[in-house]
Amino acid sequence: MRITCPVCGERSAAEFSYGGDATIEMPALDASPEAWNAAVYDRENPRGAHAEFWQHAQGCRCWLKVERDTLTHKISSVALVGKAAGKGRS
Amino acid sequence: MRIGTPIAGAIRSAVNRTTIVAEYSAFSLLKNALTGNRDWKPAWRAAVPKPRYDVIIVGGGGHGLATAYYLAKEHGITNVAVVERGYIGGGNVGRNTTIVRSNYMLPANSHFYEWSMKLWEGLSRDLNYNVMFSQRGVLNLAHSPAQMDAYARRGNAMRVAGIDSDLMTREEVAKFVPDLDMSRDARFPIHGGLIQRRGGTARHDAVAWGFARGADRHGVDIIENCEVTGFLRDDSGRITGVETTRGEIGAGKVGVAVAGSTSEVMRRAGIERLPIESHVLQAFVSEPLKPLLDTVVTFGAGHLYVSQSDKGGLVFGGDIDGYNSYAQRGNLPVVEDVVSLMLTMFPSYGRLKLLRSWGGIMDMSMDGSPIITTGPLPGMYLNSGWCYGGFKATPASGWCFAWTIAKDAPHDLNSAFTLDRFHNGAVIDERGAGPVPWHH
Repeated sequence: MRITCPVCGERSAAEFSYGGDATIEMPALDASPEAWNAAVYDRENPRGAHAEFWQHAQGCRCWLKVERDTLTHKISSVALVGKAAGKGRS
Repeated sequence: MRIGTPIAGAIRSAVNRTTIVAEYSAFSLLKNALTGNRDWKPAWRAAVPKPRYDVIIVGGGGHGLATAYYLAKEHGITNVAVVERGYIGGGNVGRNTTIVRSNYMLPANSHFYEWSMKLWEGLSRDLNYNVMFSQRGVLNLAHSPAQMDAYARRGNAMRVAGIDSDLMTREEVAKFVPDLDMSRDARFPIHGGLIQRRGGTARHDAVAWGFARGADRHGVDIIENCEVTGFLRDDSGRITGVETTRGEIGAGKVGVAVAGSTSEVMRRAGIERLPIESHVLQAFVSEPLKPLLDTVVTFGAGHLYVSQSDKGGLVFGGDIDGYNSYAQRGNLPVVEDVVSLMLTMFPSYGRLKLLRSWGGIMDMSMDGSPIITTGPLPGMYLNSGWCYGGFKATPASGWCFAWTIAKDAPHDLNSAFTLDRFHNGAVIDERGAGPVPWHH
């Protein structure tokens, strides 16, 4: 599996570390325990399209949002997140 | 070969005269060998779905088959169907590295896995089917004084729970596994280890076939090539059966034991989110060798476990790939990692050829411990969250799940393996890794 980093280009998946489901929104600090438990523990875990975070830990160290198919491992999009969102090579 | 015909004929007539012939015996082996192995009977019937069963088990893996077997044997519930999307033995029960151990530390896990070990010890006799359970020992290597201390703690916790464990010195390890790299200047020098001598391996296919045959003998219908596509409900919302690719089947109770497919199957019942992620775990086997390694060894400074199968192949594996996956194949970085760990431990294995590698989909729970529970819907029961330790749990998982289904309440052994523990703080985090499924 190779991931095309918007900064560094196409690199082996071995350079990246996984950050998990990118659709989880952490609740407000004063949200209910139920909301926090759901955010921390419960996952949709789809077979098919999955939005997820990866960090290019052994490259530019940027965090990326990757759209990947969990059945075929095919990657359909990669984008920078955080302050660099929207930048980089597409 | 002309001489074979009269011998075979004589044996056939001898068999016809004998009223009781064991299905599997030295005699039947000889008889079938002489008759070209054409007369073996299938070990279980190819069942056609009936309109209704008392219990339907979704998933014909080791855990589902064991559940059906113990439902019939322990609870007298024989009007049971096991529905399997593929074929028996095609999923994780045929993809694991066959290791059996009960060297856990947290009470809920240690008692459960020790009960599994006790069932393993009597399983071949119980099933009247040789599952080739071999108590050759499971040795965890320690690579620092601190790790020896941690193993002493774990070993003591096991002994307090009535489970065998022994600390091994460096010298004892060197004598026990002569091929290990014992050099003092190794990157991770071996300081000793913790061994559970009652641990070992079993023949994974035989476990699937033995439980399938045992369940079938009790009247359980094993229905292969039958995918569950949805669940039937009555007006109160209670689950009353399953919709399958072979039609609707009614049921008093429905148990789900589908490992890596848990989220997808439960979604068909309207459960959208669970504390589970599906990850791919790879396993490997080398070319067959003469006897070389007579125990199970695990590396303590990384993650690798290796044993030698009765066919002679070295069977080994390491970490999961570490990202959500439903593909039954992994990626090369993990292959490289696993092989390099293997050569760190056993430099002399460097000249062996890799025969095969494959992947299985693990139901990684958020705390690394399983779920065997009533619910989450009325009429439904869930068995999941095995991470990559499901094989050793097969007998106890089936035994406890059968109890839970039959009594509508968990047994003491699985009462901690609830689904709501993730929402009430009672997680069972053996590794202390936190709510990150790919760290367990």
